[in-house]
Parts: sequence; structure tokens; C-alpha cells
Amino acid sequence: MDEKRAPAPAPFLIADTMPDTDAPEAAAKLVCRSVWKFFGPDADRLGRAADEGTLRPDELDGATAVAAVRDVSLSIREGECFVIMGLSGSGKSTLVRCMSRLVEPSAGEIVFDGENLLSASEKRMIEIRRRHMGMVFQNFALLPHLTVLGNVAFPLEVQGVGRSKREARAMEMIALVGLSGREHFFPRELSGGQQQRVGIARSLAVEPDLWFLDEPFSALDPLIRREMQDEFMRLQSVLKKTIVFITHDFDEAIRLGDRIAVMKDGAVVQVGTPDEIVLAPATGYVSEFTRNVTRAKVVKVSALLSPAGDVSPADVAGEVSDRATIAEAAPLFGESGVRLLVRGRDGAIAGVLERDRVAAMMMRG
Amino acid sequence: MAAVGPAETARAGWPAAPSRGLVVWIVALGAFALLWANAATLAPWAQEWPRAWTPRIAFSISAFMRWLVDEATSGLFTFTEFTRFLSALVEAPYRFVLAILSTGLLSGQGSQAVQIAPPVSWAGIIGVFVIAAHAADGRRLALLAIACLGFILVFGQWDSAMVTLASIVVAVPAGAVGGLLLGLAAYRWRAFERAISPVLDLMQTIPIFAYLVPILFLFGFGPVAAILATIIYAMPPMTRIAVVALRGVAPEIRDLGRMTGCTPRQMTWRVMVPAAMPGLMVGVNQVIMLSLNMVIIASMIGAGGLGFDVLSALRRLDFGAGLEAGVAIVALAVLLDRTSQAFAKTTVQRAHADGAGFATRHPYLLAALAVVVASFLAGLVLPPLARWPEAWELSTGTFWSELVRWINVNFFDELEAVKNALLLNVLIPFKRFLLGLPWLGVALLAGVAGWTLSGFRLAALSVALSTLIAVSGLWEEAMTTVYLCGLSVVFALMIGVPIGVWSADRPRVWRVVQAVIDTLQTLPSFVYLMPVVMLFRVGDFTAMIAIVAYALAPAIRYTAHGLHQVDPKLIEAGRAAGCTPFQLLVKIRLKLALPEIMLGVNQTIMLALSMLVITALVGTRDLGQEVYIALTKADTGRGIVAGLAVAFIAIIADRLIAAGAARARARLGLSGQGGS
Ligand SMILES: Nc1ncnc2c1ncn2[C@@H]1O[C@H](COP(=O)(O)OP(=O)(O)OP(=O)(O)O)[C@@H](O)[C@H]1O
Ligand SMILES: [Mg+2]
Repeated sequence: MDEKRAPAPAPFLIADTMPDTDAPEAAAKLVCRSVWKFFGPDADRLGRAADEGTLRPDELDGATAVAAVRDVSLSIREGECFVIMGLSGSGKSTLVRCMSRLVEPSAGEIVFDGENLLSASEKRMIEIRRRHMGMVFQNFALLPHLTVLGNVAFPLEVQGVGRSKREARAMEMIALVGLSGREHFFPRELSGGQQQRVGIARSLAVEPDLWFLDEPFSALDPLIRREMQDEFMRLQSVLKKTIVFITHDFDEAIRLGDRIAVMKDGAVVQVGTPDEIVLAPATGYVSEFTRNVTRAKVVKVSALLSPAGDVSPADVAGEVSDRATIAEAAPLFGESGVRLLVRGRDGAIAGVLERDRVAAMMMRG
Repeated sequence: MAAVGPAETARAGWPAAPSRGLVVWIVALGAFALLWANAATLAPWAQEWPRAWTPRIAFSISAFMRWLVDEATSGLFTFTEFTRFLSALVEAPYRFVLAILSTGLLSGQGSQAVQIAPPVSWAGIIGVFVIAAHAADGRRLALLAIACLGFILVFGQWDSAMVTLASIVVAVPAGAVGGLLLGLAAYRWRAFERAISPVLDLMQTIPIFAYLVPILFLFGFGPVAAILATIIYAMPPMTRIAVVALRGVAPEIRDLGRMTGCTPRQMTWRVMVPAAMPGLMVGVNQVIMLSLNMVIIASMIGAGGLGFDVLSALRRLDFGAGLEAGVAIVALAVLLDRTSQAFAKTTVQRAHADGAGFATRHPYLLAALAVVVASFLAGLVLPPLARWPEAWELSTGTFWSELVRWINVNFFDELEAVKNALLLNVLIPFKRFLLGLPWLGVALLAGVAGWTLSGFRLAALSVALSTLIAVSGLWEEAMTTVYLCGLSVVFALMIGVPIGVWSADRPRVWRVVQAVIDTLQTLPSFVYLMPVVMLFRVGDFTAMIAIVAYALAPAIRYTAHGLHQVDPKLIEAGRAAGCTPFQLLVKIRLKLALPEIMLGVNQTIMLALSMLVITALVGTRDLGQEVYIALTKADTGRGIVAGLAVAFIAIIADRLIAAGAARARARLGLSGQGGS
């Protein structure tokens, strides 16, 4: 953990300079507006000051409170996989816990499906968490006294779902994550990867609308982690959940995220698609992460699109989807192809991809 | 520690002079000497608190208790009705368990009772234990169960053991559940925790005897009072352990519970308690061990069973009988301890095999039931299977008595010489010296010690508590307590610390030593008393040897532990600087281990104090005796006052030493680690 915090990069400006996503809020599943979280004896007072907008930057340097989350504004869209990335201690867990009110934010607003969570009663919160939210934990958080089946069925049991019904549902989920045949194992009889599969199955048992994953794969070995990421992508392609995924691993973030928020010292320093982050890192801090990334493997064809104009079919060496990465598109040029025809999601022609631009990008690494 | 203040700041502002602590000590000792020399003539009240000024605290407490019993009422019900209700609550399950284990199902009262169903026979009970042991930990534990219960059976301790077991079976769940509930409340509400933690502290320092007296007064003589005392005695550690275990549950598990939308109740019973189960089982194990510790003491207020056998053997000075009953208690303790520990390890494992039918889920339960039925039927055919014939019982009683007699005959002079030499040259002079001190001076010195070690608050506490003891009119008894306890602790340290040092860096030796002290600590403290009484008869000397034997374990343990903890890098550094092994030990290792060793001293004192009360049985004239007399007369006030006086001594010693250890640690630059 970095002991001495660099002074926050003008936290008050972030909300202004960073256009709070272009999507209209109607399509947003969860919106955070100027969320703050302080820890320490002075937390209450600072929270009130932040709410009233009277918080002075120099107050944050005092040693009386830790600002674990600083003025975070985000909007998470229906159906996207939103990744929050940052180093250890940057406040990711605290932020994600603020979103479900496991941690009470000191200031700000959390709007879930148009409902302000901070004014919801405890009873209502229980209801929302039961029906609409699921969470996967870094260290699995499996209950040691329950079998795989018992663990996966636990959220349903808490809701009072009958035994046969909840076990049937749990068996479905266990099959979904590929653990069939191990329902009667206890957690400690499983490997780390298998335990996290149980955690995933459990969090999905209630069919949540919003799925939180707090560094789900960090405790796993690199090979298993890769395997679990593939598994996760497979699941997401089937389930199409709205996801908030926490990680400290930038590769994981660009691999899985539709959009990424990069956090530093509690503040969000940049939000964008993997392309945007890789091609245009907002600060030196972000470019530190992007430096070792092979751009061609991240950047999508759509980012290098040129207008189609009036290309004759003779010039075109092939066709490619705008969602393919540059690295996937490159071989299609063949020996001497000059450009590729790019088709969008709907199959219509979106533009062309020029060999020169691809070459220029590949040269940069 | 906020209170390191005065001495430190003074030093900073006053560089030329010696530390102010030293000056204070010189002044204080001077004043003390003056007092000592002149108090008797000039201010007799400072030498000995006048009887006439002693408030009748004991009397008031007794009067209050009488009022409670005779008149107090909450409007709905009287206090007596309340205590009766509590009794009934304990009595019913106790009678039931006793019927199963020992008396059989009776109909009718007292001597006219007719047995309608026999108790489970010894074969059945051993069978059940063996099955339980096997379920918990397999064959080895099953063999242990056979050995322990077999010993009890063959040595004719069965009936008593079953009476004891019945009270344990009732006391343990009650103590565990009660402790858990208190722990849950303390975990949930900080204010509640703050409120009960000093009470728990006090309960652990007051000698058990002291609260035996009011219980005896309120609930009368008999097993119910004994069980209640046992529950009260065993509950505080469970509460503490429960709080620690609940706090220790991973925060992620807590988050999980909230994320799945648990209600507070579901959170407690479905998430927190199961997740804390391994820790809680450690607490249950503690409750079992403490209940067994209580067995003998509880028999003083009517528990019966093995405890009563030991006690009456002690009174008759029948060493053999006492030893066998004592070892039977140990056998029971070992069996219950190991089995419960094994269950603690496995509860987590086989908690629920979902689906499967009853028989597959509970094979051991069914087997146990089968064994009980089979043993009953077998008992009908073969009577010895129902009741172990007396003719088959063994006894080593005569052997032990003979052995002791032989030692006494052949070595009487030697033993007597050792005893007299120590008595005349050490014990008696030291006792005289302590008893001659003016109470005001002692209180003053305790205050100065508190002030230099920690600060004003500790000083005030030490002075206040010592003064209270003087005011209560028990100064002489208290000083006798300090003398016995102090000398015992010194001897225990003189023996224990070298053993600790010697075994600390010899892993093999340490393993043996550890096994020995672990065993010593599970023996009921009375067992120590018996052989010493046989050899040296009653008196202070006997008491002291028993105390030393009992309090030795922590001295050894903490010394070795402290030495183990010393940072190996520092030892390397010392070696590199060319220290001889002896210099290494004295200048580096012992110095750095000092805080830990001081905690050991603290523990030694606490154990010595708790043992002191037991040694009252061999005729010491200290606070323990006072409590014991109160007990035999059911004089509540007297018992409580004397008990509190012991607690005060314990608190002063505990706080002073803890402050000293904290200071030593701070000076050595060790962080706050270590702890109890
Ligand atoms: N309960 C708490 N009390 C005090 N400080 C806290 C608490 N929880 C978190 N913090 C502080 O808030 C900051 C952010 O912590 P957080 O756990 O959110 O970081 P993180 O990004 O999730 O890190 P990691 O990758 O290690 O999980 C840290 O400095 C941490 O010390
Ligand atoms: Mg985290």
C-alpha cells in the first residue's frame, strides 16, 4: 500500500472535467453522484461538509480521517460490464460496498433503478439485496459448515424459499458453473478455482439484476485465473447481467470490461472503454498501466475506422467486424491488401480499415 | 499508555538530577521507615486500623441478603420465588440426567422411592462414549475412552463419577449457551460489552469460594446450588471467547450475510455463529474444563460425586482413596476434553450431508441407541454387565497409604528437618516482618509503585484498594495472604524460570516439559494438596508447597515462550559482537524476554491466589480461611468481604505488573504485541 498519499488530483474538478458518461441516465442501472467515504473519528463532520460542498482540500490532508472514496460520480449502464481498476488501497472495495450500502457513504447519492438507496429503509435494503443484487468475494466467503449445495442455496434459504425448490435452483447454478457431481463436497474439499465457482453460482442463484464481483480471481493462480476469466466471459455472454467488476489487474480489466474506471487514492481518474484508455490515457498514472499493453490486442477495429467513401470492391482485401481487435484484423490484409471493409453490428458497412493505420499502430506496439 | 507521562517529562525538564522516580522512591521509603518506627506510639491508627472504626460491611451485606430472601419482591413475584424458579430450572434436567446415568427412573420421594426403570448400565455408557469418541476422532480416541472409563469402573469410582458427570452434563450446556448469549450481546452492543467486561474481570479474580457463599445462602445446600455455582464460574471465559470468535469472523463473511439480505436474526444464527463455530468450540471446551475444576469445590456446597469423595478423603487424610477419586476426575476431564476438542475440529466437517435419509445422516446416533438397548438386554441376562460387582473392584488405596507410611517412618526426621529449617528461617521471619508493617505505609508504597510504573490513576487505585482492605478489618489476614502467596511465587519462579531457560532452546526437552506442565494444569488443584499433607501435615509449609507445585506451570511456560520470541536477528547481532553464551542469555535474551516473563509472574500470582483459598483446608490463617469459615457458616457478608479482599490483592498485583511489563516493552521498543 502506498503510505503517503499524493495530494488528490484536484478532486473537486473531476466531476466537471470528466463528462459523466455520455449515456442518458434513463439507461443507467446504477448511478453514483459525488460519493464520499471517510473513515476515522472525524468522518461524520467531513461527510456533512462534503454534502454541503464546504469541504476544503486542506482538510483532507489532516490525519484525522482517511478519505477512502473521494467524490466519485459514475453511471453504470444496463447490461454492461463495468470494471473498476486501481492499485491496492485505492478504495475499490469501499466504493463497491458503498454501492450496495454495505458501507454507508459519508456523502453523495446512490441511485439504483431510479431509487435513491441512501434514503431506503433497512428493510427495503434487505429486500433490494435479496432480489436484485449478487456479490462475489475475493476470498470466496463460503460458509464452512455448508456443502456446495447448501452454500449455493443459502441466499434462497434466507428468503424462505422451500427446500426442494431452492435445491433445484441451486443444482442448476452448480451445473452452470461446471461443478455438477460435487454438490455434497464441503468448501475446504475444493480447490481455490472451484471454491470461487461456488461463490459465483451462489451469487447468481437469486438472478440478480446487478452483479458485483470484488476481485473475484485475485486469490487464484495465474493459470486458473485465466481459465476463470474465460468462464466468466462465457457466463456473461449467456446471462448478459449488469456487472460491476473490481480488479487490480489492468490486463484483466481490458480483457473483461466494456468500460473501465481507473481509481487512485479514492478518486476516479479516468472512465472509458479499453480503447479510449489505451489510446488516450488521461494522466501519467493511467499511462503507467497502459505502457506494457500490446495495443493491437486491445484496440478494436472501430477505433481506427476511416470513412468508406467510394471504395471499389477491387481494393478491398476482405471484410471484418468492427468489434474485432486490430491484431485479429491484421492477418486478413494478406500480402498486399490495402484496406478491409468493416461491417458494424447490424451488418451494414461502417467504413474501411486502412493498412497504413494498422501498420502505424502495430509499430507502436 | 497515557500515564508514562510524569516521570518522563520530569526527566526531560530536569536533566542534571537523577530521575524523579528515584527521588520519589527515596522519599517514600524514608517516610515509610519513619512511619514504621513511630506509628505504634504516635499514630496507632496508621499501624493498625482500629476495630471501632471498621464499618460493619459484612454485617450489612448479610442483612441485605436476609432482606432479599425474606422480603424482597418485584411486585409480581418475590425474590425467593425467583430463586425457586431458577432452582427448578436446573433441578429438572439434573434429576433427569441423573436418572439416566445413576439412579434410574424413580417414583416416589426419598427413601420410599421405587425404581421403575434402571439407569443405563456401565456397559451402555462406555459403549456410548466409545462411539462418540470414534465419531469424533477415530480409533485412538475410542481407546482412550475405554481406558479412562475402564479405570473409573475398575477402581470402584463408577457411581460417584456418574453423579459428577450428571452435573457436568447439565452445567456445560447451560454455561456454554449462557456465555454465548452474553457474548453475542457484547458483540452486538459495545455499551453492553463495556458494562460487563469489568464484571467478568472481577469474577475471574474473586476466588470461587467467595461466591459460593451467597449461592449457598440463596439456594441452599445441594446439587442445584453446586451446579449454579459451576455455571457462574464457567461462563465468563465462554463469554470472552465468544466475543473474540465472533470478532474473528472474516469481514467478507459478514458482508456476504448482509448481501444475501439476512435479517439480524438470520445474520446471527445462520452466518455469524456457524462461521465462528471453531472458536466457540474452544470456549465450550473451556467450559468443560472449568466445570471439572469446580467439581471438588462444588462438593462443598453439596454436589456429591467424585468431588465429595476427594474432599472427605482429604478430611480423613486417606491418601489412597483421595488419589483414586482425584485421578478419576482427571480421567473424566481428559476424556471430555479430548472428545470435545475432537468434535470442535470436526463439527465443521460433517454438519450436514444434505438429502440422504436419517439413518445415513446419523449412523453414530443410531449405533449409540442400539448399544444402550443391547446393554440393557445383556444386563438382564448377565447381571455383572448391568452392575460391576464389588468383588471385582481394585484399589491401590492401601498401597499408597503404605507408601506414605513407609516414607514417614523412614524419612520423618529428614522431612521434618527440611520443613523446620524453612519455617524457622524463612517463613516465620518473613511473616512477622509483613505483619509488623503499618498498613498506611504499605498502601503508600503500593501507591508510589503505581505512580512510577504508570501514573496517577494506578497510584490512586492501589492506595484505594489497600486502604479498603485495611478498613474492612482484614489487614492481618490479607498480609498473611500476601506472605504465603509472595513466598510461593518467589519459590515457583526460582524453580520455574531456570527450567524455562534450560528447556527453551532444547526442542526435545521442551516437548517433554510442555507435556508435563500441560498435565499438571489439568489436575484438580486439590490433588496437589493431598500428598503434601500426608508428608508434612497441615500448616503454612504444606500450603506453600502445594501452591508452588500448582503455580509452577506458568512460570516455566512464559519464560520459555518469552525466550522463543526474541528476534533471532538480535541474537545473531550479539553473537557477532562476540558475546559468550552466558552474556547472550543475560544481556540480550532474558532482557528482551522480560515483558513476557513478567506476564508469567502475573499468571503465577493469579494461580497462587486461587490456590490459596483451597489451602485454607489445611489450616492457614489467611483470607482463604476467612472465606472458608464463612462458607461453613453460610455467612454471606463475611465471605463476600473476604473474597473481595482477595480480589483487591489480585487486582493490585495484576495492574502493577502489567504496567511494569508495558513499560519494559516500551523501553525495549517492542510494540504492543504479546498480550495476556
Ligand atoms: N473499515 C475501515 N476503517 C478504516 N479505514 C478503512 C476501512 N476500510 C478501508 N479503509 C481504508 O480505505 C482505503 C481504501 O480501502 P479499500 O479496501 O477500499 O481498498 P481496495 O482498493 O479495495 O484495496 P485492495 O486491492 O487491497 O482490496 C484504505 O486506505 C484502507 O486503509
Ligand atoms: Mg479490496
